[in-house]
Amino acid sequence: MIRLENTSGGAIAHAINQERHRMGSPATGMVMTLLILTDEEFASDATEAAVLSARQHPMRILTLIPRPGRGPDQIDAQIMVGGDDGPGEVAIVRLRGNRSAHANSLVIPLLLPDTPVIAWWPADAPPVLADDPIGRHAQRRITDMATSPDVLAALAERRAGYVPGDTDLAWARLTSWRSALASLLDYDELPVTSGSVTSEPDNVSAILLRAWLELCLSVPVALNSGTGPGITEVALFGPRGDVGISRPDGAVAMLSRPGLPDSPIALPRRGLPELLSEELRRLDPDEVYGESLRETGKVSG
Amino acid sequence: MANPLRDPRDRRLPKVAGPCGIVLFGVTGDLARKKIMPAIYDLANRGFLPPGFALVGFARRQWDNEDFAAEVHDAVREHARTPFHEDVWRQLSEGIRFVEGDLNDPVSYAQLRDVVEELDRLRGTMGNHVFYLSIPPGLFPVVVTHLKESGLSEPAAGEWRRVVVEKPFGHDLTSARDLDHVLESAFRPDEIFRIDHYLGKETVQNILAVRFANTMFEPIWNGNFVDNVQITQAEDIGIGGRAGYYDGIGAARDVIQNHLLQLMALTAMEEPLSFDAQQVRVEKEKVLSAVRLPGDIDLHTARGQYAAGWQGGVPVVGFLEEDGIPATSTTETFAAIRLTLDNRRWAGVPFYLRTGKRLGRRVTEVAVVFKRAPHLPFSDYAVQELSDNALVFRIQPDEGITVRFGSKVPGTPTLEVRDVSMDFQYGDSFVDTSPEAYEKLILDVLLGEPPLFPRSTEVELSWRILDPILDRWAESGRPEQYASGGWGPASAYDMIARDGREWRRP
Repeated sequence: MIRLENTSGGAIAHAINQERHRMGSPATGMVMTLLILTDEEFASDATEAAVLSARQHPMRILTLIPRPGRGPDQIDAQIMVGGDDGPGEVAIVRLRGNRSAHANSLVIPLLLPDTPVIAWWPADAPPVLADDPIGRHAQRRITDMATSPDVLAALAERRAGYVPGDTDLAWARLTSWRSALASLLDYDELPVTSGSVTSEPDNVSAILLRAWLELCLSVPVALNSGTGPGITEVALFGPRGDVGISRPDGAVAMLSRPGLPDSPIALPRRGLPELLSEELRRLDPDEVYGESLRETGKVSG
Repeated sequence: MANPLRDPRDRRLPKVAGPCGIVLFGVTGDLARKKIMPAIYDLANRGFLPPGFALVGFARRQWDNEDFAAEVHDAVREHARTPFHEDVWRQLSEGIRFVEGDLNDPVSYAQLRDVVEELDRLRGTMGNHVFYLSIPPGLFPVVVTHLKESGLSEPAAGEWRRVVVEKPFGHDLTSARDLDHVLESAFRPDEIFRIDHYLGKETVQNILAVRFANTMFEPIWNGNFVDNVQITQAEDIGIGGRAGYYDGIGAARDVIQNHLLQLMALTAMEEPLSFDAQQVRVEKEKVLSAVRLPGDIDLHTARGQYAAGWQGGVPVVGFLEEDGIPATSTTETFAAIRLTLDNRRWAGVPFYLRTGKRLGRRVTEVAVVFKRAPHLPFSDYAVQELSDNALVFRIQPDEGITVRFGSKVPGTPTLEVRDVSMDFQYGDSFVDTSPEAYEKLILDVLLGEPPLFPRSTEVELSWRILDPILDRWAESGRPEQYASGGWGPASAYDMIARDGREWRRP
């Protein structure tokens, strides 16, 4: 690891290049640049998840930690290139004092030429991602509403500031649920007249799931509060029978279908590296997320 | 009615197989234990299998469902690619059944039928079943006949029944046709899936992606710029415990007939109208139909058997000393052939195909070697270290692409040029590694998507190419011995030297 004190974007880029040369492989196969905007609390978990994702999506990872008001006005960086942690390049950059407001100018020399840029706010995020100085560089902007102390406010903010290209890990957490529900309806063209989603209170993934179901099925879907963890049950009701998935303990889920015995189904809760890897797999706007997000504003909370 | 929860724009949702089950014949074989069972688990783990998926084992063992589930469990623990999760295993194991039966006994198939129908009722497999014949091809006729007579191969309306077979697809044109005839007596041609696991590899599919998604390769992808194409599949190991299978089959039937001719077809084919199965197949068949064999097979092919010696610094036995191989065996463990294509794009460009066991290292690659620049404005001295430009698809290991070209030697006072290579490497994966070929292929069978499976026409065309060479070899005595750990017999070097070229060292 290289430590640079009182440095600049250009110097960091130079140091990464030097390190590549020193290791004998100046050419890089990086496919994207990931900008992580975070405070100290989330920095190490987020960086670690990104490093793991880089095994699948070789990328340059820039973790930007604004530290306004503390210490001298300077930029400090830690740089790791290749090695045991995976093929990626990582720079953890602390922007202290008055530098904290100028992350934008710092990253410009550090963006890999002509490849996609992704911005990720593991916790706090600006109201309109696409208008943010950092967000403006990115074609894909990732947030995580579930980390907000007030998820309903976060949801409203994301909805109000949505621009295609925004996406949220609360949505990625739903993929296995949505996939299981979709395959339930593969079995049988069951007519659905209503549905319900049960989760711990104020679970933003559950709210998105309800919106998605209402949008796709054009039927009312109730949102029930339970004890969790996370989403515990989804049921679809219809005249020819009901289907449902319940996961009372957050681990093993049970599937019920009309005329068939209940059967277990794996619905593991996935970790940050898997969620991030899913986000990075496709970089065009996730329209279904956008529509579901918009739909959350229509239903009564 | 389309499923309202499936939206083509919603690409996060994996394309999960519809309701179905697999009936596996040959459950105790190496392939079943090392590849098929682990791949089924890995698919379940990645969320690609339908919730009520069922796996039925059929064998002459005194097992009950639990015994078979324990076998599958062990195979999965030992060989699965993805981490073991108890809840995924629970989901899978609920659908595991075993039928103790004899391949020749109609009663066993009646029992199998009962089990399959019960799964339709209790698990919701809805009459959709794959019969995976992981058994020696000699047993196909009896199994297929019984499947037909028991009614198992006959789907009701809205259902499907598919059959999966592994290579070899016959050992010559006649036997390949016999096999087709057997399979087609019970299954529709588009429900017959021939597995060539090479075609399931991401790197093989990438040949099409690189060729047809980019601008910069296609203009030079022809005889005006390409000097020759070398397709190599080399193994560092010997035949291992596969003497029974390998003796009498040999390298050409085992590898060239399927893998290498398919790689050649993908490298040489014209752009398909689309990537659906029919269009890709049409283009591949055109390539295979355009193949011309060398006029003198002896001069432009080579074969050999590995001799005792040293491989990677370790002593190894020769092919004829392997357990189960008769000392008189004329089976080749190395085969190299030159083919040309009679079409405008490739006229005059030789395709060199070679495969062998106990070679220098384990590698599979397709190397497109370009012509030398028509004029080099340098002194001979300056370019003496410049060889031909090349683009190499590395199929395995180190999956990726290498481009070799000339570049200035740094620090020389005069302008000197030498080879450099530019490398693209698929990131080795950790979070979610790239799937095994078998996962991809089994999922495609369940989805009913056949682009990656050779159809009978392709198989027959391949045998038409190989049969005359094999016939000639059969009348030419014993194959030449070659030193283990190198790159094959002297005749292989001679055959390419006759054309004024040389093999790449892969």
